[in-house]
Amino acid sequence: MSEQMVVHDPRGFPPKVTGKRLAPRLQSLDGKVVYLVDCLFDNSEVFMNQLLDWFGEHLPSVDARIIKPRQSWVDDPAMRARVQADGNAAILGVGL
Amino acid sequence: MALEQAGVPTVAVHTDPFARLSRATALANGMPTARQAFVPQPLVGRTPEQLRAYIEGTDPVSKRPFMQELIEGLSRPLDEKDLKGVSFERSTPRLLAPDTEEKLQQLFIDNKWTDFLPVTLPTEERVANMLKGTSHKPDEVIGRLAPTAFRESWAFTVEKVAVNAVMAGCKPQYFPVVLALAASGQTARSSSTTSFATLALVNGPIRNEIGMDSGIGVLGPFNHANATIGRAYNLLSQNLQGGSVPGDTYMGSLGNWYNYSAAFPEAEERSPWLPFHVEKGFKREESVVSVFFGGRYTIAGFGPRETWELEFKRAFAACEQHLAPLLVMDPIVARGFVDRGFDSRQKLAAWFSEHCRLSAREYWDNQWVQTLLRPLAEAGVEPHASKLKARPDEMVRLFQPGDISIAVAGGETQGAWRMFGGRYVKSVSIDKWR
Repeated sequence: MSEQMVVHDPRGFPPKVTGKRLAPRLQSLDGKVVYLVDCLFDNSEVFMNQLLDWFGEHLPSVDARIIKPRQSWVDDPAMRARVQADGNAAILGVGL
Repeated sequence: MALEQAGVPTVAVHTDPFARLSRATALANGMPTARQAFVPQPLVGRTPEQLRAYIEGTDPVSKRPFMQELIEGLSRPLDEKDLKGVSFERSTPRLLAPDTEEKLQQLFIDNKWTDFLPVTLPTEERVANMLKGTSHKPDEVIGRLAPTAFRESWAFTVEKVAVNAVMAGCKPQYFPVVLALAASGQTARSSSTTSFATLALVNGPIRNEIGMDSGIGVLGPFNHANATIGRAYNLLSQNLQGGSVPGDTYMGSLGNWYNYSAAFPEAEERSPWLPFHVEKGFKREESVVSVFFGGRYTIAGFGPRETWELEFKRAFAACEQHLAPLLVMDPIVARGFVDRGFDSRQKLAAWFSEHCRLSAREYWDNQWVQTLLRPLAEAGVEPHASKLKARPDEMVRLFQPGDISIAVAGGETQGAWRMFGGRYVKSVSIDKWR
């Protein structure tokens, strides 16, 4: 029988996860402002423009608006504040 | 997720290879039911018509219409799970359950704790011996690492670093270098799709004290300290930051050989210029490790010969525009530049910056320049804003002088140089970790 060994676990220590609730959903998108947040990945602007057009053609009652952060991969509190102040919902993309 | 917490219902759109990662990230943020929708990969290079087809098509993950996923994501009433989120503690043990060497080796492979080369199992005795290489206490928390800026960061102690140093085959006398790398906060195992690596340059007396070799084969597998320190940096990065598992915690499309090991000492004694760390403000007698993020491209050449200016203009034009280079020169090359009047590396970097240019058309036609630099340019941030104003055929500066790093190493068997994607991140004291 082979000898038993005791070895260390090589992993670090993960942080505690604290649960967060989702925001209340909208009963309908009619008449609501939906921000399309262009995350600035290459070609996401084209995707968001197409999404904007789709809303205009299929759900014209939705006030869809494109908005962009100042930089990609960097939180933009000013942009978030504007979405919170003026918007009812947000679609973010496109993450690779 | 910040918008959700602020009361704004959101749906995040990703491409489908990122389904596992985006869901794992939502879970780690306590919001496992965060609404997500997916489109096919790739997005880059697709025409407006092709992207419209994505929008009018099927979510490749849920197999439901993409727009239905979006609209329902904003309007489907919340259930109990949505309202509660998920809270939980996670932990990793100090020691694993006893087992045979063979089974433990297999356990490390199965759990993806290795680089798939054989590791030295971190027994209590071996780790205790490694800890003799520092005066710091084993339970001292020395830093945090994350695979990208937006992912959760995991903490680690001196002992956890020692465990990974043992696995890599390091000797205790190398341990202060490994600790300095761990404490840098810069991961050597980015999860970016771009397949980055981090290169480490060691300066100061410790190079000779621990037997690092800046001579023949300096960038290859020819020296125990060079090889195992670089390997330890990569192993500790993947294990201490919460993994580097393809599809889950690693998304590099091609991967990177420099993720095995990429640490080397500067040939200070044979360099015609001041040591790299001295130019960063440290004293010559201090031991320091500097880290360079990138490792994405490699360009090589010889010289400087008669046409060196053209050669370097071509070489710089081949660099990724968003990732400044680390240029490693054999001492023969460095002396050749001194002969041409470059009596400091700053002067040479300034020449490269001034003369190595690219047309504005080519400069801006790059995925990451568009993603990372164009928003800055549009916001008026210099020097990006001026480059954006340039005519398409105008030659624009690729890098600022301070962006270009130059190190001297090599065995003087040839006047060779090599240029790596290597944005300078920081220099960290090794002496602090002795």
